[in-house]
Amino acid sequence: MTTIVTPRGTSPSLTGFTIPLTAALGGFFGLLAGSANDMVLAGLVAGAAIGAATAWVLARFLPDRRRGKWATAAVYALGGLLSGGTTGLVAGGVIGLVMGWFALWLHSGRYRAGVPVYATPLQVLWHNSYLFICGLIFFFLIAPIIVVIPLSFNAEEFFTFTPKMLALDPEGYSLRHYRDFFTNPDWQQALRNSVRIAPAATLLSVSLGTLAAIGLSRPHVPFRRAIMAILISPMIVPLIISAAGMYFFYSRIGLQGTYAGVVLAHAALGIPFVIITVTATLVGFDESLTRASASMGAGPVRTFFRVQMPLILPGVISGALFAFITSFDEVVVVLFVGSAGQKTLPWQMFTGLREQISPTILAVATILVTLSILLLTTVELLRRRSERLRGMSPG
Amino acid sequence: MKVPATDPNTMDAPTPDDALHLVKGEGPIVAADGRPLKASLRRALRREKLRALGLVAPLLIFVLVSFIAPIADMLFRSVENQIVADTLPRTVAALEDWDYSSGEAPGEDVFAAFYVDLSEAVALKTHTRLGTRLNYEMTGMSSLFRKTGRRVGRFDTDIYADQFAALDPAWKDGAAWMEMMSAPGIESVLPETASAWQSWLRILENEGDDPAEETPADFVFTMLYRDLARGADVSAYNGPGADRLAAAAAAVGGFETVSIKEQFLKADKDWGDPEVWGVIQTFSPPYTPGYFLAAVDLKLTPHGIEKQPEEQQIYVMLFNRTLFMSLVITGACILLGYPVAYLLSSLPLRTSNILMILVLLPFWTSLLVRTSAWKVLLQQQGVINDILVWLGLVDDANRLILINNQTGTIIAMTHILLPFMILPLYSVMKTIPPSYMRAAKSLGATNWTAFWRVYFPQSVPGIGAGSILVFILAIGYYITPELVGGTSGTFISNRIAYHISSSLNWGLAAALGTILLGVVLILYWLYDRIVGIDNVSLG
Repeated sequence: MTTIVTPRGTSPSLTGFTIPLTAALGGFFGLLAGSANDMVLAGLVAGAAIGAATAWVLARFLPDRRRGKWATAAVYALGGLLSGGTTGLVAGGVIGLVMGWFALWLHSGRYRAGVPVYATPLQVLWHNSYLFICGLIFFFLIAPIIVVIPLSFNAEEFFTFTPKMLALDPEGYSLRHYRDFFTNPDWQQALRNSVRIAPAATLLSVSLGTLAAIGLSRPHVPFRRAIMAILISPMIVPLIISAAGMYFFYSRIGLQGTYAGVVLAHAALGIPFVIITVTATLVGFDESLTRASASMGAGPVRTFFRVQMPLILPGVISGALFAFITSFDEVVVVLFVGSAGQKTLPWQMFTGLREQISPTILAVATILVTLSILLLTTVELLRRRSERLRGMSPG
Repeated sequence: MKVPATDPNTMDAPTPDDALHLVKGEGPIVAADGRPLKASLRRALRREKLRALGLVAPLLIFVLVSFIAPIADMLFRSVENQIVADTLPRTVAALEDWDYSSGEAPGEDVFAAFYVDLSEAVALKTHTRLGTRLNYEMTGMSSLFRKTGRRVGRFDTDIYADQFAALDPAWKDGAAWMEMMSAPGIESVLPETASAWQSWLRILENEGDDPAEETPADFVFTMLYRDLARGADVSAYNGPGADRLAAAAAAVGGFETVSIKEQFLKADKDWGDPEVWGVIQTFSPPYTPGYFLAAVDLKLTPHGIEKQPEEQQIYVMLFNRTLFMSLVITGACILLGYPVAYLLSSLPLRTSNILMILVLLPFWTSLLVRTSAWKVLLQQQGVINDILVWLGLVDDANRLILINNQTGTIIAMTHILLPFMILPLYSVMKTIPPSYMRAAKSLGATNWTAFWRVYFPQSVPGIGAGSILVFILAIGYYITPELVGGTSGTFISNRIAYHISSSLNWGLAAALGTILLGVVLILYWLYDRIVGIDNVSLG
């Protein structure tokens, strides 16, 4: 155990620490590769040996972390190419990157970077395991979304990786599912409906919601809590209950199965988001600005559009994005309130998934992921801008 | 010197200079326009309040109409049961005198009332809906109503029409009937006939026919016979056709008769079963707890409240499963969310902002995308199974069944709801000063003690907020359980959707939804107590 305790800046013991641990990681990779080829023991031994050799070579001749990492990746990739073709190249590169990084991370003593100098070996081990666990959780969060992307370029009608795809054969990939999405009338109709419904619902909820948020953040509002509870309720009530209620009520008043009915329903669902984001922005709004504007002779409407609106605009836009995505992603309510004529994109995906028709769904999913990345970026930028305007964060 | 005693928190509250002014005898302070300042301020405040309300009003009305009204409608539907009394008004009234515990089917009077009600319902085509409604309470009712509905027009009661016509052909004349039935006082002389005549008018109106040109249906003649045979006081009537009526009243004693009850029994012997009549009687009030009882595996029977038969008891099990799985999902979210939130809150802002994207991207990605991703990953021929088989951890023949069961639902929903746990946890942890932990350690606490005794208690509000949020979202989930849950991983919401779109038992769907809504509102109230609605923040 004493070998591990090393002051920061000096390298830990090569033979007693870095080589065995790198060998262990190499052994693990060897085990995986070996078990896939029914040579468990051979894989383990070979992997460990390669790992030990890597650690020794890197520590001796290439202690620079960045160069060492890429050099290892290159060597491993070459080895992979010789033994397993294109797939081997990629796999070798990735494994080499990990191995090279790991060996030099250990050798340079960086593994203690996150803990105090006086931490015991067990604490160091715990800290690094904790980081590893967090990494796994992040992987769990993001991997399912990432996996969809390559699968959407599948040349076959499968929901899984074909051998050709794994071999990185260009023939295994195609844009046929994207082509299907852009030519199939069902999907196009669904896309058109989504594009017709979501902006209308957003417009409705943003205009009414901003007005109400401004009213709610005035100092003297009677029944503020009760009003707030009512306005937030569409977010809290489970969607299936909202959908059921709207289905019953809208069929009574003849809105069920109409475009107007779906827009109304989606606007109601988007309102809480607008209220929350806009009231949050208004918390930092300086009322003396409107008073100053009024004292200079501007009427309430002019004051609103020229003074207040530009300042709360980031909040309004991010509220609008929330409302838009709520409507654009919504499927339960439209399933009940809408009829076949209002079939939206998520609805089409829902039926597709239930009946397992084709991987076109994955192509749509990839497009939607791209859309959500764009939305996320916009919202983040707006949030930072708004915080900067209010002087809440230095960024 | 008298200072008005009012609530110190209002505009009227006494202030120190009130006394001063009163002492000096100057009266209250006045505003520029000469009004007392207080009145002027009060007016300004009232105007301010009205303006604020005016800004909120459009949205409030919009939400009330488009959202609150539908919820209220659902609550109403969960107890509403007007269809029985609306379709069979006379039968319901006649059944009041019948005692189910007598163990015998009701007598001729009830059947006569039912004959008129059913004849009208068949003509207006509402009897099948009623049959469907009653079928929820007793199987076989739907087919009983349909079958009888086909026969009721061909009952042997046509002999009455013929016998009346034999007395005087004018009895077959619609115009003559019309004259007689619209004369004043006829209701008290021939109550059943008048009531049946109203039904007849509604039938004709529905078909767009003129009552003056149509011979009344058999049931009108049957009721006329019953009125006359009961000894109606025809002498009290002296309107049009009084002679004809008096002649008929004198002749009915010699009429050939037919029992309506037997006609029904001939159509279907189930009408002799007191259970059938018991069900109609039990569900005749306009509001019923029946749907709620059904939602908790009980049923309202003529004997009182009973348990559903063993094989139909599914709702309590489904509620339990929904609660249990939501708890498991919430637990899994805490387990996975806590370390990540802790890491994010302890890292420098720049790094944590980058890592935050990994949390926010799933949050912003369409629910359908994430569900389809899990469908792709978890399938038997899916990515996870493929990797496990390739690694030799799982035999190709026994691939793991990860989807269309509870495992699939729990994995996918944990992934979908995890950001809702991380974000509140993060915002609470961000407010815990790191110096507290350092202080604890400097006082000799081990890492674990410092975390468990100092840090963790301060992060509990975050756990509470995140858990309630995740739990509320989980118990109402529909899409994901529907797609990856199979039969064993579905929630109560899937059952609600089934009753709305497939079985069309809307009352039961509404009752199940109301119970679920009740649970959610209690949790919402708790959330408000712990976190406050105003403190909900989005990323």
